[in-house]
Amino acid sequence: MAELAARDADEAVRAPEVRLAGIGKRFPGVVANHDVDMVITPGTVHALVGENGAGKSTLMKILYGVQKPDDGTIVVDGKERSFRSPTDAIAAGIGMVFQHFMLADNLTALENAVLGAERLHGIGDRARSEFTAISQRFGFDLDPDVMVEALGVADRQRLEILKVLYRGARLIILDEPTAVLVPQEVDALFENLRDLRKHGHSVLFISHKLDEVLAIADDITVMRRGTSVGSAVPGEVTKRQLAEMMVGSELPTPETSESTVTDVVQLALRSVTLTDDAGRDLLADISLEIHRGEILGIAGVEGNGQAELVETVMGMRTPTSGRILLGDRDVTGWDTRRLREAGVGYIPEDRHRHGLLLDSPLWENRILGHQTRRPSTRGPWIDRAGARHDTERIVADYDVRTPGIDTVARALSGGNQQKLIIGREMSGDPVLLIASHPTRGVDVGAQAAIWGHIERARSAGLAVLLVSADLDELIGLSDRIEVILRGRLVAGFDPSAVTLQELGTAMTGGDS
Amino acid sequence: MTFVRRAGFGLLAPVIAVVIAMLATSIVIVASGSDSGVGDFWRIILAKPPNRILVNIVNQTTMIYLAAVAAAVGFRMNLFNIGVEGQYLLASYVAATFAGAGLLPGPVNVVGGLVIAVVVGAAWAGIAGVLRVTRGVSEVIGTIMLNSIAGILVGYLLDRYGIHGGNQVRTHTLSQGSQVPGWTPFTAADGAVWALDLLAVAVGIGFWVLLNRTRFGFDLRATGMSQSAAVASGINVKRMVLVAMLLSGGVAGLIWMPAFYGSAYTYGTTFQAGLGFTGIAVALLGRNQPVGMIFGAVLFAFLTAQSNSLTLQTDISASVVLITQGVAVLAVVVAYELVRRYRTRLEQRAVAQVSPDPTREGVAA
Amino acid sequence: MSTSTSAPAGSRPKPPSERARRYAGFQRRGWIIVVGAIVVVSAVRIVTGTDDITSANTLRATILSACPILLAGLGGLWSERAGVVNIGLEGQMLLGTWGAAYFTYWYGPWVGLLGAAAMGLIGGLLHAIATVTFGVDHIVSGVAINIIGLGATQFLAEAYFSDLQYGGPRQLTGLEGLPFATVPGLSDGLNNLNGQHWFLVSDVAGFLAAFTTRVSVLTIIVAVLVAVTAWLLWRTSFGLRLRSCGESPAAAESLGVNVYRYKYVAVLVSGALAGLGGAFLALVASNGFTTNQAGGRGYIGLAAMISGNWRPMGTVGASVLFGYTDALRLRTPAAVHALLLLVAIGLLALAAYRAYRGARVAAVVLGLLGIGFLLWFLLTDTVPREFTGMTPYVVTLLVLSLASQRLRMPAADGQVYRKGSAG
Repeated sequence: MAELAARDADEAVRAPEVRLAGIGKRFPGVVANHDVDMVITPGTVHALVGENGAGKSTLMKILYGVQKPDDGTIVVDGKERSFRSPTDAIAAGIGMVFQHFMLADNLTALENAVLGAERLHGIGDRARSEFTAISQRFGFDLDPDVMVEALGVADRQRLEILKVLYRGARLIILDEPTAVLVPQEVDALFENLRDLRKHGHSVLFISHKLDEVLAIADDITVMRRGTSVGSAVPGEVTKRQLAEMMVGSELPTPETSESTVTDVVQLALRSVTLTDDAGRDLLADISLEIHRGEILGIAGVEGNGQAELVETVMGMRTPTSGRILLGDRDVTGWDTRRLREAGVGYIPEDRHRHGLLLDSPLWENRILGHQTRRPSTRGPWIDRAGARHDTERIVADYDVRTPGIDTVARALSGGNQQKLIIGREMSGDPVLLIASHPTRGVDVGAQAAIWGHIERARSAGLAVLLVSADLDELIGLSDRIEVILRGRLVAGFDPSAVTLQELGTAMTGGDS
Repeated sequence: MTFVRRAGFGLLAPVIAVVIAMLATSIVIVASGSDSGVGDFWRIILAKPPNRILVNIVNQTTMIYLAAVAAAVGFRMNLFNIGVEGQYLLASYVAATFAGAGLLPGPVNVVGGLVIAVVVGAAWAGIAGVLRVTRGVSEVIGTIMLNSIAGILVGYLLDRYGIHGGNQVRTHTLSQGSQVPGWTPFTAADGAVWALDLLAVAVGIGFWVLLNRTRFGFDLRATGMSQSAAVASGINVKRMVLVAMLLSGGVAGLIWMPAFYGSAYTYGTTFQAGLGFTGIAVALLGRNQPVGMIFGAVLFAFLTAQSNSLTLQTDISASVVLITQGVAVLAVVVAYELVRRYRTRLEQRAVAQVSPDPTREGVAA
Repeated sequence: MSTSTSAPAGSRPKPPSERARRYAGFQRRGWIIVVGAIVVVSAVRIVTGTDDITSANTLRATILSACPILLAGLGGLWSERAGVVNIGLEGQMLLGTWGAAYFTYWYGPWVGLLGAAAMGLIGGLLHAIATVTFGVDHIVSGVAINIIGLGATQFLAEAYFSDLQYGGPRQLTGLEGLPFATVPGLSDGLNNLNGQHWFLVSDVAGFLAAFTTRVSVLTIIVAVLVAVTAWLLWRTSFGLRLRSCGESPAAAESLGVNVYRYKYVAVLVSGALAGLGGAFLALVASNGFTTNQAGGRGYIGLAAMISGNWRPMGTVGASVLFGYTDALRLRTPAAVHALLLLVAIGLLALAAYRAYRGARVAAVVLGLLGIGFLLWFLLTDTVPREFTGMTPYVVTLLVLSLASQRLRMPAADGQVYRKGSAG
């Protein structure tokens, strides 16, 4: 024990002081950053806050060398630096953990860790002992020879942090690290961050969750619309003030109005089980009911069956056993097209992969998912005029910002793409709407609009199955919340009474 | 974006590709040190073809176009049916054998032969489709293997059941009543434009209508653009793969039919091989578009027909046009990619001008 | 990638990792299959009386058939492990045949080898530029390369071989060959043993004789290349980086790996290997160059790589299988007939294994196929000569259809990757 403490003392590092001044970055058609100033003091946890689309990720990519700035300077320990690639940033002691983990599933944890840094400790035993040393020092508890695909989300994140430490990073950038964690895991992560700070590292922590930021940060920089609008110190600022700096007004949360739940059951799952080829239960004995006018929220850590649940209800997977009823019809085993024709709308989690044809014009995207119904088609023929006309309607009603309906979907922003999808899915007069992470990657303005559309539909009698990792969204929108864990529904909550801690506990399976 | 602008963009890539191909060909000729110069080469290639060759070009264009459409049906869905060659080989043999047997009278025999050709072509392609759908076998390798198998199979059947004469084997000749006369625009010696060339017109129109106006065509294009989005929208991808392969093979079956009914009347040494691969190249060149492939087919037919004069008048081998064609294909896919990217950037700028927000993330997707 | 058992001082000895256990399991299974196959083949030989199927001649022919396929397969492996699908192997192989012929004629066989590799590499360069720099769809580019390769080879042959001695517009024979190696004493002894036609002993002798009698230098080079590939890609940091480009190029780029550079290297090596395959065809497997000599081996090589699960030894195994069936068809028709029995036994064995694993549908289908081949064998005396030409293609289809289940290709294989996509 004493031996460990002595070694720890030797390992203390001195993090660099980083100053960003006047950073600007433009892409075709958009100014991602302009006039950004930020100072990161060595040995602190510095938070960078802003809403989706404020330019935080671009700024971090510039600091890490993935992008080159068009204007401005980066000064590290008093010397101006220019990073042409992550290698340069790493050499300056800067490491980054991306929001979407950069791990190769088919390689081991050790291989992922040493990739690109083979010169430091080789790729054999020396590397392995260095890996294990770091893991033990910070309590990561990672096995170097396990295949990454077997690791859960929190472990993957720790592996990502280990990767940057392995390369001698002294300033560690974390991009939205808590987006995929439950409250208990967030606490564990914050412990790790405090350990890092104790050892002298700096942490740059990007988030839009103000509670967490106030809990962990020493300094805060606020960004809005691509530029830095101010800085703050947690002890001296309130959440409301921060929110105002971020969006110029209070951060909206969805407010549920009075209940519109009827007693007509629109969707019922009876003991639905889904087993994969290897015999694992992706869904185990799921039974639930959603009434007309009701929003049922599903909470769970990513990878516990939410995606499979959505795919099963949408007909993309067939349950191994159990029944699914839509209204009073048994729709078990129906394919996606039939379900859609029966009035099931779908807002997919990943709109680029499942919701849009990115290189097609908007009016053709209107047809997607509705190819067998008016106004997009008439019999076996495509009704161009009908589709175009209806697309104009959606663009107007749902405030989709675009020069026209012939623009390709790829050119629109995330929020506008999502608004188009929602408009499309609502057009078929659906009886059931499946919304999977409906406001992921969407700016605050669009987010509020999307919540409004969902609530209006609900008032009109729509039943909604809502899956989301944003617990505020879940609590604010849902009439009931169920927690899914390892393919099973393990707990039900009343959103008006539940606390984040209770939810988090249920999502991770019991004691925190 | 206006129609003119869009048309301009559509043409940009093929034009660039043709220019690059011409450059590359010239370089190859110079580097290979032939006695005739590059100038001679281009003089011969670009000369106005004599009437006989003109007729030939028209006939060749239609057959190449049929092959291109066959390939394009699959390509639009990211299904690479490289087996067009084997499909039309087998279909031609079977149809020729059937028609030569004269089981049906006159004109009905023509229709019967065409139907058989379509069915056989579709079935042969269907094998690869089934293997892909049920066993996940890449259709690229599958169709190529089937090409070789078809070639050997036909060789065996022809040898076994055909009519031997001298060094040659062939199927029974088509009876007079089933031969389809063509149109002779010049003298009889210059040859006839085959009547069944109209098949190409019909197929081309049908392809365009299918793609742009029918729901099936929408499903096909959607599957080719994003399989994940297609599945989420309700498209049964496995069914689409199978149907697309059947369609592709069916069209492939028709490739040689104009020649058979118009002048060959028998399957044997008269058979023209290689059209399948040419069709694939033209499909790529024409970006799998019904209209674009017309120009590609004309270009390739023209080049090939003119190249025959090369061996007569120069010491440049006729195979050099194969290089021209190959380079054109490679250049066009590169050029299309560049043009597409440029277009996307223009569109992103246009979108930005509409939106009041000066910043948006998630745009440079 | 075995784990070392030396542990850091003061800690408990670690149990063998999951990785090491899995690897040992692999090896055990591989040996069982090899031994089992030899026994079965030997039995079939005795039963059908066709000594040809394990004669030293046939097995030597197997090597000659397998090597070009293996080279193409290795080429495919290099490329796909870096995430680039290289359908253009056929065209690169064709360019290699021309290169081998041309450079051997003028400068001797060793320069011929280099020339063949260089020509294949040029084909690879075209593919790399199109797919890596310009982001063209991999298969489309490959198809274009094949068109160019075929056309260029034809043109170059006509331009350069027509006027040469023993040459013509479509061929060039009479080329100086590469040296052969024979192990003295051992070779004669093994060949004699093989001629005794004793159960099992003679077969194994024949197998060994094939490797010790008149083995071309190029075959030895191929074996070395396989070993080098396995070592480079799995035991060095170069290999780790290359493989990471095929598994997760975004992760690799985020760690400072120059993804474009590794993809380029991989595709260039891929083309060079295919070119060497062409050299094998022109200089060793046959006595010269003919147009379109590759005959689909570029694709069969890809099939070998897929069946071999993107691993060098797996590719070797599949290539040997394809080469064996190809060699058999060149022997007596009786040999091909016996092959039917072999295939039937193989299918039935696979059916039994699948039934044991609980996959009923697959077992039934395989069983039916196996019975079909068995009936074909029993009801006929011989296979028509022309049909035997189909053997490699039919076998390829069969193997691919049966092998699909537990294969795992590199995760980002075929993906068009744009720099700056990280994050």
